[in-house]
Amino acid sequence: MADKVYITGIGIISAIGNNVENLEKSLLAERSGIGEISLFPSIHKGKIPLAEVKLSNQQLVELCGAKSDRFLTRTSLLGMIAAREALVKSGVNLEDGYKTGLISATTVGGMDRSEGFFHKYISNPAKGRLRDIVNHDCGDSTERIAQFSGISDFVTTISTACSSSANSLMLGARLIKSGVLDRVIAGGTDSVTRFTLNGFNTLMILDKEGCKPFDENRAGLTIGEGAAFLVLESEELVKKMNKNVLAEFTGYGNANDAYHQTASSPEGKGAMLAMFKALQVSGLNPSNISYINVHGTGTQNNDLSEGIAIEKIFGSAIPPFSSTKSFTGHTLGASGAIEAVISILAMKNHCLFPNLNWTTPMKELSMQPIKKIMKNVEVNHVLSNSFGFGGNNSTLILSKP
Amino acid sequence: MPPFPIYINGLGNISPQKTLGNQTFLEEVVGCETNILKCQEPNYRDFVSGDLVRRMSRLIKMGISASKVCLQDAECQNPDAIITGTGLGCVEDTEKFLTCMIKNNEEFLTPTSFIQSTHNTVGAQIALMLKCHNYNFTYVHRGFSFESALLDARLQIQEGDLSNILVGGIDEMTNNSFLITSRLGHWKRKSVNNLRILESGTKGSIAGEGASFFLVSGNKTSRTYAVLSDQAMILRPRGIPEVITECTKMVDQNNLSMKEIDLVLLGLNGDCINDKHYLQFISALPDSDQGYFKHLCGEYQTASSFGLWLASMILQRQSVPEVIRLKGKFNRPIRTILLYNHYQNLNHTLALISRAL
Repeated sequence: MADKVYITGIGIISAIGNNVENLEKSLLAERSGIGEISLFPSIHKGKIPLAEVKLSNQQLVELCGAKSDRFLTRTSLLGMIAAREALVKSGVNLEDGYKTGLISATTVGGMDRSEGFFHKYISNPAKGRLRDIVNHDCGDSTERIAQFSGISDFVTTISTACSSSANSLMLGARLIKSGVLDRVIAGGTDSVTRFTLNGFNTLMILDKEGCKPFDENRAGLTIGEGAAFLVLESEELVKKMNKNVLAEFTGYGNANDAYHQTASSPEGKGAMLAMFKALQVSGLNPSNISYINVHGTGTQNNDLSEGIAIEKIFGSAIPPFSSTKSFTGHTLGASGAIEAVISILAMKNHCLFPNLNWTTPMKELSMQPIKKIMKNVEVNHVLSNSFGFGGNNSTLILSKP
Repeated sequence: MPPFPIYINGLGNISPQKTLGNQTFLEEVVGCETNILKCQEPNYRDFVSGDLVRRMSRLIKMGISASKVCLQDAECQNPDAIITGTGLGCVEDTEKFLTCMIKNNEEFLTPTSFIQSTHNTVGAQIALMLKCHNYNFTYVHRGFSFESALLDARLQIQEGDLSNILVGGIDEMTNNSFLITSRLGHWKRKSVNNLRILESGTKGSIAGEGASFFLVSGNKTSRTYAVLSDQAMILRPRGIPEVITECTKMVDQNNLSMKEIDLVLLGLNGDCINDKHYLQFISALPDSDQGYFKHLCGEYQTASSFGLWLASMILQRQSVPEVIRLKGKFNRPIRTILLYNHYQNLNHTLALISRAL
């Protein structure tokens, strides 16, 4: 059993940097990764922007040192790279006899390849390369990451839409606190696919100018891709090995909005419950929160619902907040973990990252996001929201160690 | 995780057999020779309102119906958490959206099938139906999907805050899915009668599907079917001796010996390569009666949930249906069942289930 869970390593790959250091530089330089579609042919090219990782699959294969991409999906490659960085940075020795798990999350799984298979299969069921379909399921990328990283004590995958990797982190913490595991590498990975691009487009929630979270004239989200993993370790392990810790994982909560399959309730009930639960677990008051990394997708519905929920929890004392999705895009299943890493970087750099592309306050809310980067700020406790389809609402709280 | 017993207080199982009502117990079984076992579906209008029935995809209807039966069985109105496991999620919707997208070259698409294709849709729709704002997770990891959901539920109950949790294992087999997995060599090449899959001696098994829901609790009630004491998940074991070691450890931790396992239920699926592992495993349990179940539900990533349903029913009724008996005398009280399953020799799972005394 453990009372506290610490984060001792982080790894990331995203539209604004292929590792933590480069992502950090982009955040500090207020440089967005949103741009034109380049990874696959689409009628939406030039019309709908995406936040792609700026490497081809071949380049990802070279970066991670894999022998070939014969069976590796883009989702797997992104995850393998991020997980390795986290492990290396944490200095973990997987042969030290401590029980280590891997919990990953994804929404697209191997769809980046299976949609290609399907293209051939539809015209002729005997067509399509089997190596493009055999890795379709969500567990595939997780098992590849596990094998690549050398983890086997406990491995599983969560898929709850856009809250997926926040939920990975939550499960990781609980497994450590209950003594099932001593250490967990938790996070998620998602790659851009035609499937998700067209799916969100049919819902008419993609902003053709790039997302403008919490802006009165917001028109939708911008899809992104990436992966992030965090190494969670028990207090006992950290003390025994005298480890350097990046943050303490102090709070978490999951609730269901139970309102509609895709839309959030007007009063933001699920969001409120998730934030409330996370605060309860952390033992903190709303007034202790230094910064909120909001889910802030830039859709009409999310930002209003989330804003109302935040106003209810924080009253008139709403902490500085921003959505970093105008940097990274909405990385779907990976967003919870990516934004947890960003939250840790905020604490490390004593700064608050801005909500890019914002100009006009929402008329229904009293709150306005951070417009320009704020430096020399004491960031002690960060609250991070991730809300997914199916009313799956999750909140994480990370604190300075 | 140290052994922590939880009570199985409600069952709702939609499968290729007549299992939904929990009234009969495999007295009549379905035999077929198409190599694909599809579920016996209820009249969905008994569980879902008229206009929703038309719009909802099949897997969601299966999930909602099975969970409603389960909750009613357990006399529980609102569970403290809803945790589901699925290997592939809503395949039908995924196929629909993909097909449309490809055929129409990314134009004139409608969102319904995209929305329903997200893997947590079944869990979400159950929450919506019950207006349940509580914890809601979905695990999607092959042969660990259902076990992960079960582990999470056990953890929740041990953590002490929650008392009644709805846990489900759910997967569907569509025609496309069957064709594609046929090309991958999953199924028998020749037509086989499901009730005789173990006789074939060839590679491949038969496809199946199901929605098996359980209401688990930290509290024993008069409705308790069985006690789930412990479980283990082993990824890519180096060999069956490793699985046997884990099993022995688990049995030992629960203050039992291998001799005290009255019945072992095996996920034999008729694939001669796949089944070798089970035959090697049971050498460690020479005193136990043996049973199997995939000839009734088929092979799919959450098939072990059918196995758990079977174990629960056996323990409550103290009777082992003829149709699942593999080897043994079957003449003793059944106090403890071991459920052993593996999915493609990747995900090996064990569960220790006991009689509720």
